[in-house]
Amino acid sequence: MAKGEAHVTLQGVTRVYPGVAGQRPVHALGPLDLELATGEFFSVVGPSGCGKSTLLDVLAGLASVTDGAIRFEGVPIHGRVPDGIGVVFQEDASFPWLTVEDNIAFGLRQSGVEAGEVRRRVDHALSLTGLKDFVRAYPAQLSGGMRQRVCIARTLVLEPRLILLDEPFGSLDQQTRLLMGDELLRLWRETESTVLIITHALDEAAMLADRIGVMSARPGRFLEIIETGWPRDRDSRIVARPEFGKITGRLWSHLRVESLKTLGQDRPPL
Amino acid sequence: MIPPSEMVTALAGILASGRMSAAILRTLRIVGIALVASIIVGFVLGALLHALPRIRRTVDPLFATYYAIPIYAFYPLFIVLFGLGDVPILIIGFLLAVVAMIISTLNGFDRIPPVLLKTARMYRMRRVRTALRIMMPCAAPYIFTGVKLAVAYSFIGVIGAEFIMSGSGMGYEIAFAYSNFDNQIMYPLIMLVLVLVTIINMVLHSWEKILFERRRRR
Repeated sequence: MAKGEAHVTLQGVTRVYPGVAGQRPVHALGPLDLELATGEFFSVVGPSGCGKSTLLDVLAGLASVTDGAIRFEGVPIHGRVPDGIGVVFQEDASFPWLTVEDNIAFGLRQSGVEAGEVRRRVDHALSLTGLKDFVRAYPAQLSGGMRQRVCIARTLVLEPRLILLDEPFGSLDQQTRLLMGDELLRLWRETESTVLIITHALDEAAMLADRIGVMSARPGRFLEIIETGWPRDRDSRIVARPEFGKITGRLWSHLRVESLKTLGQDRPPL
Repeated sequence: MIPPSEMVTALAGILASGRMSAAILRTLRIVGIALVASIIVGFVLGALLHALPRIRRTVDPLFATYYAIPIYAFYPLFIVLFGLGDVPILIIGFLLAVVAMIISTLNGFDRIPPVLLKTARMYRMRRVRTALRIMMPCAAPYIFTGVKLAVAYSFIGVIGAEFIMSGSGMGYEIAFAYSNFDNQIMYPLIMLVLVLVTIINMVLHSWEKILFERRRRR
């Protein structure tokens, strides 16, 4: 697929969770339209509970859409993870009983990839994520940031063409997050994958993405899609640019209103 | 009660003479069978109950009160059903051990982080493969605790049943010595049971420690 073509297409995507034990159904998402170009870095921001993680689940094929359609490389996604998509979750998803090396090789071995190829891809992922000195370590011996790197490496070895990340740096401190953002940008440039990241951090969204989708309070819809205009070869130093402040300001002007709606404080005082 | 040093000497004498070997081997054989059966059945039932939450909700209260049931009260019934051989004793050992294994298996499976199951779906792993490659290794330390408890309970069950009504075995020999006020036999045999269970538990404990140690955050 050539660069710039639509890699992922969402048309009228809606997700409604059925009511449980007599409760009303929850309309979590949509209708929502979006096109992601091949090799694009797209961030999604929105208030808590707006359906960001639901969006990732339906995009990954981990949940079905109630209405609408999602296509990845022209093929519909519906409740099954298609080949070529890798997901990095918000929570620590490393396997505690496996070493870093075995964690990274896990998916490849499950797919029956030949041992030599597993070795080559794992070595490459270890170099990319800076985990070469920790191959024999267990996840419990690593910091939160390093464990998340293991999960990223585990996704990268599958050589996904679309990488979905759900608040991958949510549990890290601000400085580490910016540095991890740099690493993610470097990996994105080297792998040339399409990346969609869900985050609640405005600076992270603004620094990483080519475009940022701002979501409304539930049911989540895109209020605006902002083009950052950053060069492909960028890193966290762009936070010092005046345009960066303008982008985060614009994001906040949307999110403040939506977050107040979520908190139920958007009504005029009595 | 005889001094511990005398128990050790008497135990050495009993073991060297070989006169209790048949009884010891019989008890260990029955404990071994009861233990292996309880581990296998307990694990399978635990896994099934975890997969069938409605049935689990129904039987959960039974597990909470299970050890209040005097299992030995059913011993005469098992003798009527299965005769005076090893089977009733084995069933008592099994019944005492199996529930500890079921509860530990359920506990282990309950503690699997949902994100690991999501990861399995991301790898497009089928249910059996997910169970073998992700659920079992993740729950292993807790299942192991069940094995440790099953060892203790199967020994209690088998020796207790032999003590009440049997013609051989360590429990019978302890009961016989007890009836004859033969402290030179009774206490050394009790010590032997203690030593055996302690050794088995120490081996299991060191293995369990390795499993937990790998997961302990620093």
